[in-house]
Amino acid sequence: MSQVFNVTDATFEAEVIKSDIPVLVDFWAPWCGPCRMMAPVLEELATSLSGKVKIAKLDVDVPAHQALAMQYRIQSIPALKLFKDGVVVKEFVGFRPKEAFESELADVL
Amino acid sequence: MDIFNTEKIYPLAIVGTGPAGLSASIYASRYGVEHIVIGHLPGGQISETHEIDNYPGVESMGGFAFSQSLVAHAAKYGAPIENKMVTHIAKEDGAFVITVDGGGVIRSRMLLLATGTKRRILGLDRESELLGHGVSYCATCDGFFFRNRTVTVIGGNNSAASAAVFLSGIAAKVRLVYRGAAVRFEECQHKILREHPNVDIILGANVVSLVGQDKLEAVVLDVPFEGSDTLPTDGLFIEIGSDPNTDFARDLGVGMDEGGFIKVGADMATNVPGIYAAGDITDGSDKFRQVVTAAAEGAIAARTIHAALAK
Repeated sequence: MSQVFNVTDATFEAEVIKSDIPVLVDFWAPWCGPCRMMAPVLEELATSLSGKVKIAKLDVDVPAHQALAMQYRIQSIPALKLFKDGVVVKEFVGFRPKEAFESELADVL
Repeated sequence: MDIFNTEKIYPLAIVGTGPAGLSASIYASRYGVEHIVIGHLPGGQISETHEIDNYPGVESMGGFAFSQSLVAHAAKYGAPIENKMVTHIAKEDGAFVITVDGGGVIRSRMLLLATGTKRRILGLDRESELLGHGVSYCATCDGFFFRNRTVTVIGGNNSAASAAVFLSGIAAKVRLVYRGAAVRFEECQHKILREHPNVDIILGANVVSLVGQDKLEAVVLDVPFEGSDTLPTDGLFIEIGSDPNTDFARDLGVGMDEGGFIKVGADMATNVPGIYAAGDITDGSDKFRQVVTAAAEGAIAARTIHAALAK
């Protein structure tokens, strides 16, 4: 079963902001090719980094999610934001392969 | 079993998963040439194109859907297609040794380079800091965030035109800025843009700086437009062409032209025995660099490699 989970405007506070461990949030949309290419990479990372970071996806195409997209000033996707203790500590824009991304994440986790 | 780090030597390794590499894979499979395909962007850069409407038989299809159909078509024949970024290629003991991000290794007798091109950046101050905060290299990905806003597209090629056409249906205002005296894109796209009342085409102008701290606020031109050299803009889409991904070729001694494109013969062979090239990375097809020419070069390369392996 996938360890990547979907968040919504209703669950964002509890599952991201108040999370005990860092959460990487993938702001994505179904019509974004590179976003869909990131999906298998994130699935693999959710397994290899299990316990260190949680990986969540927020579909910015959902009208109810656009306030969060605006709040976090999303203007380019995939936008991957790493939340620690409720605040964004690092952001990554655009597709990146697994090993390179894992290495970038290791520097901040 | 891990496909990497075995003693196996594939007859052919194709590096690149765009139209050239996947077309080569389809033909290689049909010729019975065992091979592996390795690349980090399944379907290649065409996946980020708004629409494909100049590939024969495909009247109109989204770039992402088209790229995924290429992947599915090649995969249907059973060759492994590995979604990995190649970091190094060397020749050792008569075999090509291809290393991927993370350290995995593949060996092959023949090598087809189909690694395409990478987008050019403007190279302006703050360009990288503003990426994701107004600056974008992918209109289809990010145009949505600029609904009813003002955007600027830089470039005069078909990619720039395609981006401007796409954005004209979303943004309130689109300005296309090109340094040349005349655009280089197809007349049919030019006509569409001229007929869109919310599109301005500004010729003979360069964007020389970006204004904005946390987010892009304006671009500055080297010549005034409508009385000012500062154009307020919410989004900037950079479509100024691309350069070949030929780092591996250089390391292997493959001959390139002055622009860095791999020199190939009509059979897609390079000057190095066992190394072939196809697609946007080559100087073939009169450097037209279209999906249709990339696919054709991939097919020709597969035929040449099949014949070479049979010798």
